[in-house]
Amino acid sequence: MQSNTWNPYIAGALTGVLLTLSVLVAGKYFGASTTFARTAAKIEAVAGIDTGRIEYFTTKGGKFGPDSIPNWQVLFVVGIALGGLGASLASGTFKLQPVPTMWAERFGERPLWRNLTAFVGGAILIFGARLAGGCPSGHGLSGLAQLAVSGFVALTFFFVGGWITAKLLYRD
Amino acid sequence: MSLLYGLLTGILFGILLQRAEVLRYDRQVGALRLKDMTIFKFMLSAILVAAVGIYVLKDLGMVALSLKSTSIGAQVVGGTVFGIGWGLLGYCPGTAGGALGEGRLDAAWGLVGMVAGGALYALFYPVAKATVISWGQWGKITLPQATGLSPWIVIVVLASLCLAMFRLFEKKGV
Repeated sequence: MQSNTWNPYIAGALTGVLLTLSVLVAGKYFGASTTFARTAAKIEAVAGIDTGRIEYFTTKGGKFGPDSIPNWQVLFVVGIALGGLGASLASGTFKLQPVPTMWAERFGERPLWRNLTAFVGGAILIFGARLAGGCPSGHGLSGLAQLAVSGFVALTFFFVGGWITAKLLYRD
Repeated sequence: MSLLYGLLTGILFGILLQRAEVLRYDRQVGALRLKDMTIFKFMLSAILVAAVGIYVLKDLGMVALSLKSTSIGAQVVGGTVFGIGWGLLGYCPGTAGGALGEGRLDAAWGLVGMVAGGALYALFYPVAKATVISWGQWGKITLPQATGLSPWIVIVVLASLCLAMFRLFEKKGV
């Protein structure tokens, strides 16, 4: 482990403090996956598609529709990217890397397969997250911190699906 | 103001994720392969601290819970589908943007895929609502409500389980 890496227990505990403060000050629990459905709605609306005819984008008073952007969560997701950029530059750990190390050791350095897998994986993952009603932020962090039954079930099956997939990809 | 809070909270979260190396593909898939427990250590620590914080503030009447409905069908099927995508991508919706921020270019393709997945799910939603989501609906319920136990007993049990796992991780050096 690099010496300037933060201890995951301490960084995690600070994240717990941050989540608590976010709920107290802004009334907002962490979540991320809805942002991608909303972005899709926004792109479709800009492209001239009538999102009013798509039930998901009109349900719950347009919660997932094109007019839900911008909102707290979209800025939260953008903030994570900015925080990742700033922290990596400040600590000298920023690294332009087309293919992750573990992937390259198993499947080679070609970005094509990696990017294709990343795209397909991203699509499957949001499909699953929207069906489940959340991701490791919404169901995992926020759900379990509230001791929600939905969070315990979802987080368990996030890992079940991930464990099986990783096992198939990296079988010996 | 809500937008500013979102941005600020995101930046702080991004810094914590980046400095603990939680954003990395190798850490995320390492956790799914049960070879690197960094993600578990980070997540479970965050959950424990936030659970105590939120339930203390709730007991003081200063915050309200915001629960997601329990649908066993949605969370089992959707959760497993999410896991399959997670195993392929190696980043999750919250961390993919941060991974791109620290220079992982493959995360950009994951982010584009996520928007495509959002569009696809919107088309599938009427079918999902009539089938998977309707299976095993228990409503907005917490484990203390479901079991009749005090939240503090549930938190103590959860904390004990997490601490036992942390001891195991450190003993195994993962």
